[in-house]
Amino acid sequence: MQKQLLDSSDIKRIIRRMAHEIVEKNKGIENICLVGIQKGGVILAKRLASQIESIENARIEVGALDITFYRDDLNTKVEQPVVKKTDIPCTINNKTVVLVDDVLFTGRSIRAAMDALIDFGRPAYIQLAVLIDRGHRELPIRADYAGKNIPTSFHDRVEVSLDEKGKKDKVSLVNVP
Amino acid sequence: MIQSKDLLGIKELSPEEIYHILDTASGFRDVLSRDIKKVPPLRGKTVVNLFFEPSTRTRISFELAAKRLSADVINFSVATSSVTKGETLKDTALTIKALGADFLVIRHSSAGVPHFLSRLLDVSIINAGDGSNEHPTQALLDLFTVLSSKKKIKGLVVAIIGDISHSRVARSCIYGFTKLGAHVRLICPPTLMPPDITNLGIEVFHNMEEGLKKADVIMTLRLQLERQSKGFLPSLEEYFYLYGLTQERMKLAKDDVIVMHPGPMNRGVEIESDVADGPHSVILDQVTNGLAVRMAVLYLLAGVKK
Repeated sequence: MQKQLLDSSDIKRIIRRMAHEIVEKNKGIENICLVGIQKGGVILAKRLASQIESIENARIEVGALDITFYRDDLNTKVEQPVVKKTDIPCTINNKTVVLVDDVLFTGRSIRAAMDALIDFGRPAYIQLAVLIDRGHRELPIRADYAGKNIPTSFHDRVEVSLDEKGKKDKVSLVNVP
Repeated sequence: MIQSKDLLGIKELSPEEIYHILDTASGFRDVLSRDIKKVPPLRGKTVVNLFFEPSTRTRISFELAAKRLSADVINFSVATSSVTKGETLKDTALTIKALGADFLVIRHSSAGVPHFLSRLLDVSIINAGDGSNEHPTQALLDLFTVLSSKKKIKGLVVAIIGDISHSRVARSCIYGFTKLGAHVRLICPPTLMPPDITNLGIEVFHNMEEGLKKADVIMTLRLQLERQSKGFLPSLEEYFYLYGLTQERMKLAKDDVIVMHPGPMNRGVEIESDVADGPHSVILDQVTNGLAVRMAVLYLLAGVKK
């Protein structure tokens, strides 16, 4: 059973609010870099960046991070890994890196992303921005910026679809009995 | 996607599996260009390099690939092992398994040895060259190199020059390039041509001028110099005169042709120095790509359910 939780105007408002929070917490955008986690976080990072740019009237760096090689489930996953592009456009040494992902669940992707990121340098801070926090953490990780908290049961699936323009944005909850 | 726990040959792979390996390799190619060239996915795994034939570059490439993936590596070469004390292949393999190896990279002078071991052991077997049968990771790195520079494989004209009948590289490349839709031409002296090979859907030439015409990719094979003493060739000079890749002959191919060689090269025998070092040569790219492709193979096989 599939239930739509958010539509494109909900998501637009959430992204706008998160952009303001990021700017507020960091007192501007100097020394900040947004890094989206492949695959779902990359478009969200771009959307946040363009929102932040229109608030602050300045450029912000956006990158993409593939965490496939840092995952801890190579031997236990059913499907085989598919590698995506990593593109860190700037040096991250002494910067504030905001990791961006669509859904925060067990926290294992974020653990992998932090390991991957640290191989590129030594950020001053790593913050975490997610569109949906669905609970069920298996590691001591929390989001600095969460778009929406959604209570789920462990076997449910949260499906997020975002596009660059924001026309067909949607978040749904799929119940898996 | 990847079905088998082993990489025995290109013959056994589907086009989808080949592309999956090449896509994964391009991820590792990026890793190799970073400051920290090491990633953690094979932590705690052990790779054993078991080489019954001399090899420097393939062994080093596998060793470095495994280390870049954070695996532990044991090199087992025959000259210093108990094989010289009369141990059978089977006992050597079982010993390595008992040590807890996860991967066995094997090179052997007899075709079929990796296949034999794959039935015997549940560790992942990777064929690093078996007799004159196959050398699959070499073909994968050749495919990767062509794909990187031409952005496609389908429809390309690939000319392979040299000792086809004794070359496992040629055999693996023929399977690989034809599976991905390239037109493969073989150029070689009649004495170095295996009799049954036209079954594989390729064209055969005994003349460089015809075979190189409009080629997109030229691959020269290493001439194994001992072939001359076995009577396959009158002389190395004649071989160079008839089949050597020279700048003059390169003009017959397309303007943007790339030249490959699996190494080690015999300059002045199968390839002229000016060509090997020239602007069309991607020979050193092949070495770097080999590392990325071997990382991809180890990584993907680690994810196959046994």
